[in-house]
Amino acid sequence: MLDIIRQPWPWYVSGILIALIMIVLLFFGKSFGFSSNLRTICSACGAGSKISFFDFNWKDQKWNLLFLIGAVIGGFISSEFLTNGNAVNISEQTIVDLRKIGISPSHDIQPPELFALSSLSDSKTIFILLAGGFLVGFGSRWAGGCTSGHAITGLSNLQFPSLLAVAGFFAGGLVMTHYLLPYIL
Amino acid sequence: MRGYRFLFLGILFGIVMVKSEAISWYRIQEMFRFQSIHMYGIIGVAVFAGIGAVAFIKKWRMHDIKGNPIVLFPKEKSFWRYILGGSMFGLGWALSGSCPGPMFVSFGYGFLSFAIVIGGALLGTFLYGVVRRYLPH
Repeated sequence: MLDIIRQPWPWYVSGILIALIMIVLLFFGKSFGFSSNLRTICSACGAGSKISFFDFNWKDQKWNLLFLIGAVIGGFISSEFLTNGNAVNISEQTIVDLRKIGISPSHDIQPPELFALSSLSDSKTIFILLAGGFLVGFGSRWAGGCTSGHAITGLSNLQFPSLLAVAGFFAGGLVMTHYLLPYIL
Repeated sequence: MRGYRFLFLGILFGIVMVKSEAISWYRIQEMFRFQSIHMYGIIGVAVFAGIGAVAFIKKWRMHDIKGNPIVLFPKEKSFWRYILGGSMFGLGWALSGSCPGPMFVSFGYGFLSFAIVIGGALLGTFLYGVVRRYLPH
């Protein structure tokens, strides 16, 4: 049994489980949306005293912060107990394309060129990580949600604004992947 | 404490994000290059199942465990915030290979460099709060 769990899960199993998490949250009276935690953390750190956007009762969002802590623990449990050490099984064509921009496949889930601690000696890596995070943080609040809030919850509720946001996610992602990344990396 | 159920769901979410490989920078690149069904399958199945479940909940006017009717508050109707904010998000998603959830999962997985990505995301969120009244929404 554990051997089956240790293998990467097929996409249809993962998709069902993600929907299940959203549905269980609905029955707990909550709405699945991860990025609002970033706003909550800013508020909990006292940003609300100067900026009205962060002036709200962040303690109402404690449940979501617990979800966030759970996500960190889930990542830890997975790497400690639930991996089989195989490389991510991306397509041959992706491997070829990524080699052209200096990223080679590895036996880990993230490319060491970007995410190994030793790569932080290059200031360009720090810039990439910081800028990537910045764009995600700024963009998700501007758009009012991220992949969980818009792509999963919003589309499940057939909300047109979420479809616009997802179109934006892909527009930005395609521009970065095909036009900017070759120059950045 | 009743909060444990959210902690538990978060743990499940973290494990699913790892085992689906949705936290992987490689997988996000593959998705934006249209070279595999993998990520589209994950999101597609989740949305498909989600649409069915939400329709069912609405049709039968179901209630949550506290007895309140389950309602999904619609997002406000506008255009530019979704297109511009969404595109900005997409740029960062493809660059860092992670959206907000997977950042924290990857950190827990042991890639401590994601602390920098998370720091950037907090900075971005904060700056949005500062300048939002000057932005089109």
